[in-house]
Amino acid sequence: MPDISAPSAASRGILNQRLAEIGTRWPGAQPAMVAEVVQSVLSSMRGDLTRVETSLLSEVAELGRTIAAARAEIAALQVDDITASHIPLATDELDAIVAHTAAATDSILEVCETLDAMGATLDNAGSQTLQDATTRIYEACSFQDITGQRITKVVAALKAIDAKVNHIIKTFEQPGAASAAARPAPPGAALLNGPQLPASAMDQSDIDKLMASFD
Amino acid sequence: MSIDKSMNVLIVDDYKTMLRIIRNLLKQIDFNNVEEASDGAEALGKLRANNFGLVISDWNMQPMTGMQLLQEVRADTRLKTLPFIMITAESKVENVIAAKQAGVSNYIVKPFNAETLREKIEKVLVHA
Repeated sequence: MPDISAPSAASRGILNQRLAEIGTRWPGAQPAMVAEVVQSVLSSMRGDLTRVETSLLSEVAELGRTIAAARAEIAALQVDDITASHIPLATDELDAIVAHTAAATDSILEVCETLDAMGATLDNAGSQTLQDATTRIYEACSFQDITGQRITKVVAALKAIDAKVNHIIKTFEQPGAASAAARPAPPGAALLNGPQLPASAMDQSDIDKLMASFD
Repeated sequence: MSIDKSMNVLIVDDYKTMLRIIRNLLKQIDFNNVEEASDGAEALGKLRANNFGLVISDWNMQPMTGMQLLQEVRADTRLKTLPFIMITAESKVENVIAAKQAGVSNYIVKPFNAETLREKIEKVLVHA
């Protein structure tokens, strides 16, 4: 720790300048009194801080400046737009996809039902041909259920991102804010995974083998 | 052994489109007495109020899932032997094991075809 009781010529010059400024601002203040107070404060600090503590203090101050810079950068990024606009818009779009595909599927099913009813009036061969065709359409239409569940998973992922972004914003707005409490999962939630991607999914033959292994 | 296709079948799914598809596929294999429920709780009410010979249920529904419905059915003295087929997109090993342990009669993974549905129904009803 440098001996602050013995100021250099340069710092003495600065000190005299500051004393002159104080004298201008508060004409009643005696330079000798001010110097005495300053000297008293400085001498009371002597030995309070070690070199390590001074370094630590400097690091903390630097950390504070980094956090302040990060807050400014986050504010400049306008992350509020993500939660206020982008994510709600994306989830609305996805909901619209589900609604439109459901409407289209219902129209297709309605036509199939008409064809099935018409098939009953045809001869056996014609009826069977028509039924085979509508069966394939019914099977294909189940895509709507699968895509709906996949989109629901994407919406859930977007909402999770939304919550994380919100948490980051709140953390920077209110330093020291507590973490958001985890919402308790509903019973059986661990088994609600939805459709698996084809690469990792079990097909019906895998399911059959697993089921048979219990017999 | 012949199967009584005049029996009442309850299909349970929260997707109306899926209910419609299953109903039509069942109709094509001559099951014409089909009732629908959109979740486990509604299904349980119908099962307790009427006589059904088969339940075909989705898993992922709210507020009562297909798994909870299965557990309720197996815990009910009158319904505990009722054939119960799970049709679901949940295809993880732990799902199949959990369903089997809860007493499911058979398990069909979505997307499925009409032949798989027919085959599983016959298998379940022959062994019922």
